[in-house]
Amino acid sequence: MELWNLFIRSIFIENMVFAFFLGMCSYLAVSKKVKTAVGLGAAVVFVLTITVPVNFLIDKYLLQPGALKWLDPSFANIDLSFLSFIMFIAVIAAMVQLVEMFVERFAPALYASLGIFLPLIAVNCAILGGSLFMQQKEFTQVSEALVYGLGSGIGWMLAIILLAAIREKISYSNVPAPLRGLGITFIITGLMAIAFMAFMGIKI
Amino acid sequence: MDRNSNLYTILFAAVVVTVSAVLLAVAVMVLKPAQERNKRQEKMTDIMYTIGLDKEALTTKAAAEGLKLNYKTIESYFKKYFVKQYALKSDGTVDKSVNAFDINMKAEIKKPENEQRFPIFIANVDGKTYYVIPLYGKGLWDDIWGYIALEEDANTVKGVKFGHKGETPGLGAEITKKWFEKQFVGEKIYDKDGTFKGITLLKGNKDPENKDKEDHEIDAISGATLTSNGVTNMIQERLKHYLPFFNKVRQQKN
Amino acid sequence: MAKKHKWVDLIKDPLNENNPITVQVLGICSALAITVKLMPAIVMALSVMVVVAFSNLIVSLIRNFIPNRIRIIVQLLVVATLVILVDQILKAYAYDVSKQLSVFVGLIITNCIVMGRLEAFALANKPLDSFLDGIGNGAGYGLILIIVAFFRELLGSGTLFDKQVIPQSFYDMGYVNNAMMLLPAMALITVGIVIWVQRSLYPQLTEKE
Repeated sequence: MELWNLFIRSIFIENMVFAFFLGMCSYLAVSKKVKTAVGLGAAVVFVLTITVPVNFLIDKYLLQPGALKWLDPSFANIDLSFLSFIMFIAVIAAMVQLVEMFVERFAPALYASLGIFLPLIAVNCAILGGSLFMQQKEFTQVSEALVYGLGSGIGWMLAIILLAAIREKISYSNVPAPLRGLGITFIITGLMAIAFMAFMGIKI
Repeated sequence: MDRNSNLYTILFAAVVVTVSAVLLAVAVMVLKPAQERNKRQEKMTDIMYTIGLDKEALTTKAAAEGLKLNYKTIESYFKKYFVKQYALKSDGTVDKSVNAFDINMKAEIKKPENEQRFPIFIANVDGKTYYVIPLYGKGLWDDIWGYIALEEDANTVKGVKFGHKGETPGLGAEITKKWFEKQFVGEKIYDKDGTFKGITLLKGNKDPENKDKEDHEIDAISGATLTSNGVTNMIQERLKHYLPFFNKVRQQKN
Repeated sequence: MAKKHKWVDLIKDPLNENNPITVQVLGICSALAITVKLMPAIVMALSVMVVVAFSNLIVSLIRNFIPNRIRIIVQLLVVATLVILVDQILKAYAYDVSKQLSVFVGLIITNCIVMGRLEAFALANKPLDSFLDGIGNGAGYGLILIIVAFFRELLGSGTLFDKQVIPQSFYDMGYVNNAMMLLPAMALITVGIVIWVQRSLYPQLTEKE
């Protein structure tokens, strides 16, 4: 029950884009077409679902104060948590490299359309943010980290697909020049965020 | 050496990694004392807040002595007013081997009851005695915590302070606001027969302005039922471990 | 070879013509999250400025020594180290603000502005130019942060720097703080409006059809 609760919360209520604004840069750049949005979204889901639990294990058995007890009892006082940023980013960079090779091999068309944005997933704030929020939430089980990563990824993908769909339609409207492109995208995203606030009242 | 050869790459990487590792290790070592002090200062400030010594009061006191309000002055006031602190066992006796201030509530409440130690801070301000008890519990989304201060009779609430990790802004997060805290002041945790009642946050409370201080109830926050229940349960659950201690205090008074 | 840059331009351009947030579309994430109150926004802006300027400087100094294969990793390492230093210093000397900033300090590592400037400038330019470019972009970022935070704190809490600014008489007449401004949604709309104003004043920045 707790896991299901966590899953739903991370998709709708703590949505990476609408509640925490993470991963906006690639979001704003890639969300012009639904097809590319789906591709990028899927890649982000994949990377998040793997990196968050892996980073959870690294945090629990390596970085937390006293985590190194299992190596040797005298290490119980070591606190390596200040290395978190570096370790998490290293794991993420490695994962993205793997995903890149995978996509290039098995979905070359997608690889071509995503272009530079695939390697840029490594520096996408949503991915690092997922791991950092996971660390803050102090989960006790790896299953919680897994569900949180998966849910966050799906939430991000949902947001980017919705925005792409709206932007495809809006290209036929008469937007005033100063608002064209970036400006109207921000306002649309803001309105969508207000809509998502409706989910805040969900109790599971 | 060719910049892109394997040997060069490995050497370069090794040098960069070593330099940053050393830099960070040194920085962390140098900064840790200051960081620890900040955490301690926050704890002392929160505890003193519940007995009416908020930031303004302390600044005024310090200014009167020609001092600025910094870690040293805060620590000296804390030591001056909080004359005793105990780590109680579940039977109400004192465990002298544990330092009450250093107890990490979040980790402590996970221990089995007979292993847990219950910190209590006893203050003496202008001749009056106060008891401050740390609280820790679960809100709607995540942890909530705080402190509750009782007057000499170990019955009337002097003040409270709450904190939370992720309650909803405007709803559950209101527990940190002064208007919420004010409602607790003057409430009693025992009823007239000496039965422990705690404080209950009630929806649709017949006394929304909380004029009745003997009903052990305060108005719950609209739209924040679960957070309010979390506060009620937290107070009940935590205070019940101090009943043996409180009963001793109340008997001595009578 | 490195271009000749006028130092004044390095600092001036990112404030408007080449603003990292509204023109380059970088660093959006923190611009929205951290602008609920002015104080954290300013601390964040300064932190980003320090990180961009110094990582630009360091990477520019070693740019002729970095093996191509590990370029991105080395950049990440430099940035991550700087961010950790900034984070530790904040925790030691600005504890209350660091609590409000929480994970967003760590997210400076993935702040696109930092990586963006490293790739676009520091790798091909001289150290001092790079340092100033970092300062300029940090300032441009900070400018937007301060504008957005100013309106969000004023309209959302009635305060500036946590001191009440809206006179009590307004509240007595029935004025209520617009709590929506404190929520993420309005931050997005506020930035949209800032972009609208900027592009109305400077039509050369509008996007072509």
